[in-house]
Amino acid sequence: MSDPILSCRGVAVRFGERILIEALDWEVRPGERWLLAGPNGAGKSSLLLVLAGARRADAGTVRLGGAQLASWNAAHLASLRALVTDRWVDPFAVPVRKVVEAARFRLDETRDGGVRAGSCLEEMDCAALAQRDVRRLSRGERQRVALAAALAQEASLLLLDEPLSHQDPRHQSLVLERLARKNHFACIAAMHNISAAAGFATHALLLAGDGSWHAGPSSEMLTTVMLEKIFGTRITQIEMGVHRVFVSASGAPV
Amino acid sequence: MSSRQRDRRAPSRELAHFAPAPALAVLLLACLCAFVAALCIGSVAIDPGTLLSSMTGMSLGTGADAGQSALASTLLALRLPRAVTAMAVGGLLGLSGALLQSLLRNGLADPYVLGISGGASCAALAAIALGLGAGSIAACSAVGAFCALFALFVLARRELFARDAALDQGRDSAILLTGVMIASLCAAGMSLVLALAPDGRLRTMVFWLLGDLAGAVHLDIALGAMACWAILAAVAARDARALNLMLGGDLQAFTQGVATTRVRRRLIAITAIATGTAVSLAGAVGFVGFVAPHLARRALGADQRAMLPAASLLGAFLVTLADTLARSIAAPLQLPVGALTAIIGVPVFLWQLQRP
Repeated sequence: MSDPILSCRGVAVRFGERILIEALDWEVRPGERWLLAGPNGAGKSSLLLVLAGARRADAGTVRLGGAQLASWNAAHLASLRALVTDRWVDPFAVPVRKVVEAARFRLDETRDGGVRAGSCLEEMDCAALAQRDVRRLSRGERQRVALAAALAQEASLLLLDEPLSHQDPRHQSLVLERLARKNHFACIAAMHNISAAAGFATHALLLAGDGSWHAGPSSEMLTTVMLEKIFGTRITQIEMGVHRVFVSASGAPV
Repeated sequence: MSSRQRDRRAPSRELAHFAPAPALAVLLLACLCAFVAALCIGSVAIDPGTLLSSMTGMSLGTGADAGQSALASTLLALRLPRAVTAMAVGGLLGLSGALLQSLLRNGLADPYVLGISGGASCAALAAIALGLGAGSIAACSAVGAFCALFALFVLARRELFARDAALDQGRDSAILLTGVMIASLCAAGMSLVLALAPDGRLRTMVFWLLGDLAGAVHLDIALGAMACWAILAAVAARDARALNLMLGGDLQAFTQGVATTRVRRRLIAITAIATGTAVSLAGAVGFVGFVAPHLARRALGADQRAMLPAASLLGAFLVTLADTLARSIAAPLQLPVGALTAIIGVPVFLWQLQRP
């Protein structure tokens, strides 16, 4: 088994008095795709910030790329992990191509920087947007541009916060399929669309929001029993060929 | 053809910006032209040929030409420091405004928004009220600018120095609000000084508040300001790529490899030095630092590698032009340059806003 790219020992995430995650021991290896799931406010985004080095863990240690997270400088961290949130700040008009090229900051833009940026845009089905003003994109388009920028960064670990939240059905499968092809790096994605993630994730980390957590292969984690325990609602599983669809008590797919 | 017509009518969704290199070359040329014009135009005009010969110190022609040349050198001794100072002040204000608009991600920011110039103005007005000389006024305003910067760094230390990149939200507005409060306090101080000052000095004080280059008579100080501009612009240019990423938020820039806290601190120090220098030389010349970055961004796009030098050159061009007009348009009456910058700048800016 290869060395873990990321490992957590006794990590805690608290929010004031509230304990969200307690004593998290967890390892992520190259090629693994983790689903991060849990109810609203369970600490998914906060955990992603901790793993990105943008927020301090309230206890425990995070090791990334073989050393303590806090020991790396910003430039080296950028080669280890990329983060995609679904909140974008675009104060001024900038062409999409430049947003993706700029993400290669740490790579000291070589001659082929523009070409690599172009191919990342293509992978996320954004090639036609390259010259457009980033502020005039739809939210779904903007989200795929952010994903393309993260790919252009060429980091070993992708941290994704709700990567599908603004995607139409076709682009949901497109994004997941393109990400799944990248088996040389690891991926951690916080998502609410469990059915979509079930085919994508090799593993899952389930957060209950009260400090408890469950981590393991998705075949063991993504079961009605586990999901009902985490989300506190009735969940039914429907088999559709190779796909598994989870349905909540109201009949809505989750 | 019909499709071309349709294209022209429909608002284009693609961004059309000028290529940076030729645009910067044109701006540089415009600055040079404005500089030559500033030396030639005035209550007595010098033709460029005479200007060249007197600058190179060679009198080639007859006796009559030599007399003209002597006059030209006298005028040059008066106009050269002023033109160089105008150039440097405009460049510093353009750079400072561009950096602050990018750092605060806010197109409404200008070099005066953080109260640096307020501190400088307050101290300078007090110096004028006490009847100190021009040198002491400049020194006082530099000290005032430094005090305001120090207050900002102490009061907003958490936002400026915290290592926690996740503090992103609300961080810019906390820095901005602190700066605005410092500026307000300085404005109150200025009104107080104005109210208490002897009547005879009020005119000087008002000119200082509007921005005035009449005090720029020392060539060595002017060249020092020019050097200051060049150094600050070069230091800022090194962070242009990092600043490009910081436009997208500190959190994103940090995850993409920018040491955001360090870059932010460095750039705020640069804007403070630039603003403080400009204000102590020429008073609070308004509007340039606000409009130059906007025009540069509209023409060249928000890429800081092109935008920072463009805003700087545009500021230099605008102030040099405005000062030439200020002292020649109603000669021998001298108008404050600050009034002229806005009178030229506002129509240009509004015309730009009207364009699709």
